[in-house]
Amino acid sequence: MDVRRRYVIPGDTITSGPYRPEQNVTLVGEKKIVSTAVGVSEIYDNSVKVIPLAGKYIPKINDLVVGKVVAHTSLSWELDINSCYVGFLPATDVFGRDFSAHADELATKLRTGDLVAARVANFDRTRDPLVTISDRDLGKIDSGDLVEIAPGRVPRLIGKRGTMIQTIETATNSIITIGQNGRVVVACDDAEGLLKAKKAIRMVNSMAHSTNLTERVKEMLESGNGAPQETAERREDDGE
Amino acid sequence: MGGREATMVLLDENGIRCDGRKVDETRRVMIKAGGLKNADGSAYIEFGDNKIVAGVFGPRDVHPKHMSDTDTGILRVRYHMEPFSVGERKNPAPSRREIEISKVIKEALEPAVMLEMFPRTVVDVFIEVLQADGGTRCAALSAASVALADAGIPMRDMVAACAAGKVADTVILDVNNEEDQAGQADMPMGYMPTLEKITLLQLDGILTPEEYEKCVEIGIKGCMQVYELQKKALSEKYFDGENGKGGRGQKR
Repeated sequence: MDVRRRYVIPGDTITSGPYRPEQNVTLVGEKKIVSTAVGVSEIYDNSVKVIPLAGKYIPKINDLVVGKVVAHTSLSWELDINSCYVGFLPATDVFGRDFSAHADELATKLRTGDLVAARVANFDRTRDPLVTISDRDLGKIDSGDLVEIAPGRVPRLIGKRGTMIQTIETATNSIITIGQNGRVVVACDDAEGLLKAKKAIRMVNSMAHSTNLTERVKEMLESGNGAPQETAERREDDGE
Repeated sequence: MGGREATMVLLDENGIRCDGRKVDETRRVMIKAGGLKNADGSAYIEFGDNKIVAGVFGPRDVHPKHMSDTDTGILRVRYHMEPFSVGERKNPAPSRREIEISKVIKEALEPAVMLEMFPRTVVDVFIEVLQADGGTRCAALSAASVALADAGIPMRDMVAACAAGKVADTVILDVNNEEDQAGQADMPMGYMPTLEKITLLQLDGILTPEEYEKCVEIGIKGCMQVYELQKKALSEKYFDGENGKGGRGQKR
């Protein structure tokens, strides 16, 4: 009998059953499915995958990412999307079809250092990921605080059917944009709510593998002692 | 090193070695995953008196650009000994020996790391030997493997390493500095435990075919002991010490 969920490291045999190998696993020989990452293995009805606890973000088409503008040419911007590849945002995506490299200056729309919510439009082995901001809710991010978490922990922050993120948003009255690349932007009018939401996100990041996490986060948010520890954490971050 | 006798018996009549170990016993090994904040992944290993730290960066952009490969990622390894790691100051410039060890560690890690998943990128492994006492390449390889797993780089298997050798016509496990200097043979081995494949095998000295087979056999046993400690190190960092063998798991 296979264990449905367990902790694995690279090389650990998860199962020898008739399952389809999905993310972060590899087939050894005919049947043996082996983990390729440190994480939690999950066996579903007919598939096996490992949710990694470490590692960089690997772009996937249609992923929402939060990118930081690092440079621009006369035709496109380069976004740091917290991955081993740079995200390309073509100028036509922002200026529209009548973009002219002579007449339009890219720096008028997005400057180096700006944060952008974007979607991965195209990515394969041969080219760097092409991102787009021409969709609803995408584009330059003007307000909010940035929190960085491990990309592997994003699904935990969202929770099953979005339960975790809904809990945090309702309790703190904030709007949270989660990039699949581990960048999270928290916008909240109330300063205390903002600090609490950030603390909750960091808590999910550090305790991602523990059980009953939604309950624990709920408890923390309701206890009302979110603020003091947050200031200490913040000071630590500033020192980096 | 370390105030041991200059003329010593490598193996006494009771089968006890110069540092008090039995023939099939490794030195005390301690591995810790993580520890370096600025590296993507890191590990620290104490293998007897060896003290080694490994740091991993990547996958990341390749510089210089001409080194990048459009089909696959590349692996770069730098093994370096600190000037204070040995009795007499070592010149910090890379020596012939360090270049060779960098190369063999790189080749020992390559079968395990799934570089083909990251074309046009590089994974950099930096290994610093803080204190050396024989068998640093094996200890460095074991630490590098943990650091790669800590960096979340996809791997088919871990690589565990341990040396076997021959002193006083007897096959021994985990050769230390004295045994390496005065012994008859030293055979470092790197091993992927799940795939049951050897990724590093060097031999300095002369062995008969029977002795060679015995060395491979006990070398693999040593590697398995190191592998258990690698697993423990990663479990301690990521799962609070639970190794996940059913502990918190749910039966299906």
